[in-house]
Amino acid sequence: MGVLRRMLARPSGAIGFAFVLLHLAAAVLSPWLVPYEATAIDAALMFAPPDAAHWLGTDQLGRDILTRTMLGGREALLVTLIATPLAVGWGALVGIHLGLAGGRLDDVLMRVVDAVLALPWILKMLVIIVTFGAGVTVLVPTLAFFYGVPVIRVARAATLGVVARDFISAARARGHRPGAIVRRELLPNVLDALMVEGAMRWSWMLLAFSSLSFLGFGVAPPTPDWGLMIADSRSFMAIAPWAAMAPVLALSTLIIGINFVADALAKAVGLDRALNAPH
Amino acid sequence: MLRLVLNRLLLGLVTVALASAIIFGAVEALPGDACVAVLQRDAVGQRLANCRHDLGLDRPALTRYLGWAAGAVQGDLGVSAGSGRPIAALLGERLRNTLLLAGLTLAVGVPLALLLGVLGGLRRDGALDIVLSTGGILAMTIPEFVSATVLIFVFSIWLGWVPGIVVAAPGAPLADFFPGIVLPVAVLTMVMTAHILRTIRSSVIEVMASDFVRMAVLKGVPYARIVWRHALPSALLPAINVIALTIAWLLGGVVVVEKVFNYPGLGRFMIDSITERDLPVVQALALLVASVYVGVNLAADLLTLLLDPRLRTHRAGG
Amino acid sequence: MKIAGDDVPLIGITDLSVGFTTRAGVVAPVLRNIGLVVRRGETVGLVGESGSGKSTLALVAMGYLKAGLRVLGGGVRFAGQDMLAGDGVAAIRGGRLALIPQNAGQALTPTIRIGAQIAEALRLHSTLPRADHAARVVELLARVRLPTPGALVTRYPHELSGGQQQRVAIAMALAGEPEALLLDEPTTGLDVTTQAHVLELLRDLAASSGMAMVYVSHDLGAVARVCARVAVMYAGEIVAEGSARQILRTPSHPYARGLIAAIPVLGEARLPVPLDGRPPAPGAVGEGCSFAPRCGLAEAGCLTARGALVPAPGGGVVRCRRADAAVRLPMRRDGALRLALEFDGGGGVLGLDAIAVSYARRSLWDQITRAPRDAAPVVDGITLTLRPGETIGLVGESGSGKSTILKSIAGLIGPLRGSIDLAGVALAPRVAQRDVGVLRRVQLIFQNPDESLNPRQTIAEILAQPLGLYFGLSGAALRARSIELLAQVRLGGHYLDRLPAQLSGGEKQRVAVARAFAADPDVVLCDEVTSALDVSVQAAVLGLLDDLRRERRTACIFVSHDLGVVRALADRVVVLYQGRICESGPADAVYGLPSHPYTEALLGAVLEPDPDHAPRLLAADIVEHGPPARGCAFQNRCHRRLGGICATDAPPAHEIGDGHVIRCHIPPATLAAAQAAP
Repeated sequence: MGVLRRMLARPSGAIGFAFVLLHLAAAVLSPWLVPYEATAIDAALMFAPPDAAHWLGTDQLGRDILTRTMLGGREALLVTLIATPLAVGWGALVGIHLGLAGGRLDDVLMRVVDAVLALPWILKMLVIIVTFGAGVTVLVPTLAFFYGVPVIRVARAATLGVVARDFISAARARGHRPGAIVRRELLPNVLDALMVEGAMRWSWMLLAFSSLSFLGFGVAPPTPDWGLMIADSRSFMAIAPWAAMAPVLALSTLIIGINFVADALAKAVGLDRALNAPH
Repeated sequence: MLRLVLNRLLLGLVTVALASAIIFGAVEALPGDACVAVLQRDAVGQRLANCRHDLGLDRPALTRYLGWAAGAVQGDLGVSAGSGRPIAALLGERLRNTLLLAGLTLAVGVPLALLLGVLGGLRRDGALDIVLSTGGILAMTIPEFVSATVLIFVFSIWLGWVPGIVVAAPGAPLADFFPGIVLPVAVLTMVMTAHILRTIRSSVIEVMASDFVRMAVLKGVPYARIVWRHALPSALLPAINVIALTIAWLLGGVVVVEKVFNYPGLGRFMIDSITERDLPVVQALALLVASVYVGVNLAADLLTLLLDPRLRTHRAGG
Repeated sequence: MKIAGDDVPLIGITDLSVGFTTRAGVVAPVLRNIGLVVRRGETVGLVGESGSGKSTLALVAMGYLKAGLRVLGGGVRFAGQDMLAGDGVAAIRGGRLALIPQNAGQALTPTIRIGAQIAEALRLHSTLPRADHAARVVELLARVRLPTPGALVTRYPHELSGGQQQRVAIAMALAGEPEALLLDEPTTGLDVTTQAHVLELLRDLAASSGMAMVYVSHDLGAVARVCARVAVMYAGEIVAEGSARQILRTPSHPYARGLIAAIPVLGEARLPVPLDGRPPAPGAVGEGCSFAPRCGLAEAGCLTARGALVPAPGGGVVRCRRADAAVRLPMRRDGALRLALEFDGGGGVLGLDAIAVSYARRSLWDQITRAPRDAAPVVDGITLTLRPGETIGLVGESGSGKSTILKSIAGLIGPLRGSIDLAGVALAPRVAQRDVGVLRRVQLIFQNPDESLNPRQTIAEILAQPLGLYFGLSGAALRARSIELLAQVRLGGHYLDRLPAQLSGGEKQRVAVARAFAADPDVVLCDEVTSALDVSVQAAVLGLLDDLRRERRTACIFVSHDLGVVRALADRVVVLYQGRICESGPADAVYGLPSHPYTEALLGAVLEPDPDHAPRLLAADIVEHGPPARGCAFQNRCHRRLGGICATDAPPAHEIGDGHVIRCHIPPATLAAAQAAP
């Protein structure tokens, strides 16, 4: 656990970790903590500014913004927390395999990876969502699939860096089976890169998820969701600026928290995160 | 050298061909087709069959893919199922608008990123560097619609300096996009500057710690000259690839910003064509963006090859 | 320009201490109370092993401190100018005092043409008018004996070979017409024949220009060749100083003696004498003599008080209370003569038949254009038989294909042609096709243990790999066997729970040796196993390998670029050039006459830690990047080249007797006559 301690020793790591923990706690506990019903409409209370009853005010339908903000990250976190390990898992599996095998298969599959990466993310996502809807059961596999593709590249590059080293040659020359070499020799040495990659994928996925909601393709109203809340409140920004602020802050602190963690993690394990690219 | 370039070109073409096949296949797999989308409730019986025959949708998929690809190579992208206009013309307008947005963003962001990245890298862990590194993460990770919302609130609603929305038709003269284009450019600049800056900073730090920079110090070379002549030519090379990725992103993925600011570029065109099930347009857009992505990355590779003497020239003993 | 009088030394270092502050806040010295004076025209060698502080000292002499270091006390002056003051230092650096760096390939700026880099030095430090700079650059390149200097001006550093890059760095240093040169391991990493050429150049420059030189090196042979005076460094301090003859012939510090005794002797099959223990970590020195923990002569007083530099019995000065006793310690030719092994008449344990290896990989474009396959593979026509218990030394410079041969035996690279058999049974070309039982019998030890030991595994896990795979050991049996193996490589059982990063270089390589012998192999393939190690540690690993193979009658193929090391260990020697066998036979015969011209050139270029030994520069100093498609592999560099036949026909194999074979168009008798002549 030396890595965790070194990560938390950096101010950015500690702050980021605190943000992330806070959000996770809020997501789990919010149903018991929120003061109001998330979908309770109160026409009399439209655009109420923050006061003692509604700490963060109300929105265009008189719904309590604190309640909706506290609940608004639950679906995003649920989807991305399942999809991230899946994406990193399958991407790493394929990437490590390609890095080890090399040759014709690697040449061909890396072209396919490039081709998938060349297509705009919104097209890829929307083609699926428009057809199958934006439920959790659609979003999880879709995000896991598309966000696993760039992981292939990262895992393959990390693998190639390790495979060239003599301890892998030594294990090969001894005659260990490929599975054993991957498990015992390779994985411990690419795990750092995959961990950092995982943290980053998580943040990109959250970004994609809330962007979809914001664009109206994600979570369906009236379910509370930050992206959706920001989109809704934009039209009323001149008269009720507080309606946008709460979800803006919530989403930002979560994503910044994750990125601080990823950054501190990368520094703690000695990787240069600036060299990773999004999408 | 020539063989290397030809090899890269060939691989780029293969990638574009693959991408086009993937998107064609994906669109093909969708339930419903252009006729279903256009005819909607009338999409039954003879009318549907006639429409499909007219659009050639009754031919086998492979034949249609090859026909489409052959057309695309010649610049004929077919006809929009929604408006009936040639896709090439529709695309041309949007591409022009997107190029304007991307061009302005790059013109502001690239010099800014170069300057700040180099300064941060040279004064590693200094006050400026810490501000830039932290600010970089913020700028890079805060969702575009969040920063756009904040900017609109501050500069448009509160201060009233610039409009928060672009009111111009896709084919409007470029002058119509000003001053509404300022805020979208600002949002995009923040994100892209952060990306490029971080790469340059790392690369400058690495190069300044290299043996050859130490040798230049021990040779008595003045600091400014060490930076300009010895360090930067190597340190800026990695920026080329990141800038290429940024360009590809600007030309193919700024959907959210275009939506927020109502900007009539490729991104909004993409969303609209998907929601309207205008599948020929979706295909054309995907092909265009994929070609740009491959083309820009290829150009970056070739540029690096050209600028880096270590890659450009062969090792010659003697 | 201020000219210092004769009374002011050119470089004057007085009571200099340099150190860093540890995380715990403790000040750890890296250099301690260094005093060194270099006068005009003097050549001084700074000798020490890794971590001794010699490179740090050379850089401090230029007023440059590596990141994190600071001066704790004392001073550095160059011709009276305070080099630690900052003002005026940049004008001296690269001008009156120039550095020649260790690895010129990395020290030259990769994006600037060679001519421009030298011209920059001229612009900064020369009084020559700008118009004459271009001509002067060419002149300087010619002065360091680079071929076609006019054409080199527009080249980039990476286009040159290592030796050429080093010469460019020398030319750059000469641009400012320096009064003193600091040379930081300038020939480390170069091939032996190239190194000899560069050293001769430096010697001639020192003699002809009257420049002072400070030559930093771990290589006593190089120092002996270039320097008149030598200072020996250990753990950040100078422990002995004197004339080269005094230090090399009659050293009176136990460390200096040990260092010299640890160098293998070329002339005899003798194991070098190892120095036990390891040097203290930088900064981790106590009250007493820093060498005391490793010193056989240490007495109680050595552990409590650090001696001062006192006149030495053999001349010069020494920092040792027991110097009188130290002069009686064993020297270089006192190591044990290696016993020849008796071979039974049986067949070979390993046989290679006409092995050829190619690395060429065909790109998509090659496949489309149907480019021809590799015409001149990197390794070709390797045939040899290894007898049980025998050690064959494979010798050659970089690019000779010696490591490639080992990899193809181990099955890591499938050969293009040829076959390999293990005790008469054919081996499948690749690891994946070989049986685990067969694989157990052939084990590989790599050059650099930092690369060959998985940094994420403990020593116990590392040793468990072969023990589990080949013998199915686990639990208590595994642990017991692991401890036994560590004991055989003279490491304690407490090492089991450590990670490789917690071990010294020599200890890591012992673990690698233990891992190979854990398989109880018939054949051990050693790939430059000592070249990443300091010379004192190398001697210990060589002794260990010799013991192990003797006890177990393990046959060994020992690959090295170092002829002395091979001489110490090998029963038979194969000399390779560009992947082709030049000469092979019993070690005594190969190291004697007649020799293949390449062997002759290699042996002639070897440096001895002896001020009276002069290398012979025979082979042309050029670098080849691949074997020629036809004729003799050595044709382009051969000093005995006959003419056309060398370029067209593969040289015939002349058997001289007792298995000694020379592949050369010149008959052995003619070679013998030519080589015997003085």
